[in-house]
Amino acid sequence: MSITYLEAIREAQARALAEDPRVYIYGQDVGAFGGAFKATKNLAQEFPGRVIDAPISEDAMVGSAIGAAIEGMRPIIEMQFADFSTPGFNQIVNHAAAFFWRTQVPCPITIRLPCGGTSGSGPFHSQSMEAVYAHYPGLIVMTPATVEDAYSMLLEAIALDDPVIFCEHKFLYYHLKAERLPTEALPAGKARIARAGRDMTLVAYSAMVHEALAVAEELASEGTEVEVVDLRTVKPLDTDTVMASVARTGRLLCVGESWPWGGVTAEVVARVASEGFGLLDAPPQRLNAKDTPVPYHPNLWTVHRPTARSIAAAARRLLRL
Amino acid sequence: MHTVIDNDSSAGLALAREQYVTAFRWMLLARLLDEKFASLYRGGKIHGGVYLGRGQEALSVSIGLSLRRGDVFAPLIRDGAGRLAFGEPVLDAARTYLGSVLGPMRGRDGNVHRGRPREGLLPMLSHLGAMISVVNGMLLARRFKGIKGVVGATCLGEGGTSTGAFHEALNQAAVEKLPLVLVVANNQYAYSTPSSRQFACRSLADRAVGYGVEGHSVDGTDLAACLKVLGEAVNRARQGQGPQLVVGRLLRLCGHGEHDDASYIDARLKQSSLGRDCLKVAEEHLLRQNWADGETLEAWRKEAVQTIDEAIATVQREPAPDPCKEDWCALASKHLCEGYLDVA
Repeated sequence: MSITYLEAIREAQARALAEDPRVYIYGQDVGAFGGAFKATKNLAQEFPGRVIDAPISEDAMVGSAIGAAIEGMRPIIEMQFADFSTPGFNQIVNHAAAFFWRTQVPCPITIRLPCGGTSGSGPFHSQSMEAVYAHYPGLIVMTPATVEDAYSMLLEAIALDDPVIFCEHKFLYYHLKAERLPTEALPAGKARIARAGRDMTLVAYSAMVHEALAVAEELASEGTEVEVVDLRTVKPLDTDTVMASVARTGRLLCVGESWPWGGVTAEVVARVASEGFGLLDAPPQRLNAKDTPVPYHPNLWTVHRPTARSIAAAARRLLRL
Repeated sequence: MHTVIDNDSSAGLALAREQYVTAFRWMLLARLLDEKFASLYRGGKIHGGVYLGRGQEALSVSIGLSLRRGDVFAPLIRDGAGRLAFGEPVLDAARTYLGSVLGPMRGRDGNVHRGRPREGLLPMLSHLGAMISVVNGMLLARRFKGIKGVVGATCLGEGGTSTGAFHEALNQAAVEKLPLVLVVANNQYAYSTPSSRQFACRSLADRAVGYGVEGHSVDGTDLAACLKVLGEAVNRARQGQGPQLVVGRLLRLCGHGEHDDASYIDARLKQSSLGRDCLKVAEEHLLRQNWADGETLEAWRKEAVQTIDEAIATVQREPAPDPCKEDWCALASKHLCEGYLDVA
């Protein structure tokens, strides 16, 4: 059998619903329709009363999840697109994120954000929100890049006692496949060496991991060994794994699909520069999307975000430094 | 669906003396506690703001008294009376205002931002309207668990009804037919903004029909009317009649906070029936009904003052939070808190 990234997300939710009576799913069109992307396909039928259509009210969706979590439930909120989490932003960053700190009562909610660009989706159906949410204390931000991680990290997100922003990449939904679901996984907060190499460290997360792996393959044919680090969780950030890799390679390029001002890549570069300056043989580099809204037309979109081509060019520049 | 129950003599007569007296004594305690906080604030003993419920005690206490153990209550900034009636100890208020580490918020949050979520009392967010959907979620959780007969109540000013959160949450409660009682204290001003700049409808209670919920309006200066209307609204929610929107008409008899002299409040409003002090109105009612005499009122006042003085004296001897003992970790999953090298 083969299972896609999207099916893994659906299977993780099915398992959570089956094993934990505290779990329910709430979001727009998630019920009988099965969700805009079918991430909840047939779940309403399999688990009557626990997969509930919400009105188009992101603030109230998250607010009600907070209330249910206080009462001991484990809500999963599906935002139809990551972009639409902004109307729920206040409840996420001011309420859910601060709740445990203020009250010592845990607020275990999982907010699924279908994120990232796909061709033709335009400015309001393409955003990557991980950096915005990672900025706020009290949130865990996951960015799975593989089918296995999509499954195991979503289960871990539901099990954790904190609010988790689960950034699932739409570009990976259908074409990324695995043979089977995993039986074991790295825990949240641990990065993964996706490919070992000794000449430079290429840090990526979410869909950019696959672009990075393509670059590593391409550069291998030129005799350069690129080590690819998949962050998996951007908050907390596994600085140790990144630093250990940079200690081996002496060069760092960090790639993200989000915008260039601040963000995950800036955080990685800042940490390596301040804590591991002596490990570096060249200035640490980063590559992000362009500082404009995400464009609609494929000609523009493919140039807006980093791709294997632009990452390879940045990697070659770094190797010459 | 929109019923108007105005101040009339039959409303008061129908209520038991005991309930009225209980309500009055919570109102009195809340007023005197507010005055103590105001005085401590003026003496520089309180960090941050102080927000009083002066003029809103009758409406607020009626919510707290109509609820019972096992219900949910998400008060707003002027609900000292409702908090006490719902069961919040005076010590919780004193500890949170004075920053005692022994308080429910342990110095991490202050003043009116206090609560005990496990006991159904939610600590408010400053973002208005945000608590309503949280109450909805608590009620949904009870429904999932098969717990019946509970009510969730929350309060808002008229300014808070202008938010998207208010609209989303009231609509959500209506769609889910939740036992929510949403109380709007129309105190005529949102900070300095008069209600004419806040909404254009005749009465906020008229909005109920648009949401498909039951609406009520009440004279918020009349304790008897408030007890009757809130009691009925809570009962209707408990009996499965769905969300209830209750709008109380009154005037804020203080500034937004103690930093605010409220010079913008229209003098004509102060002289109108809206500007009556609900505590004085209730006191006169007690005397007129022969439910209390001057001596009894004075004894109640002394008892309240003693309760407050004891609480404040206790709290003033308690430790403040120690930054060295603070774990500075915002997560319940302690193992996922990062140790940053570059923070203060």
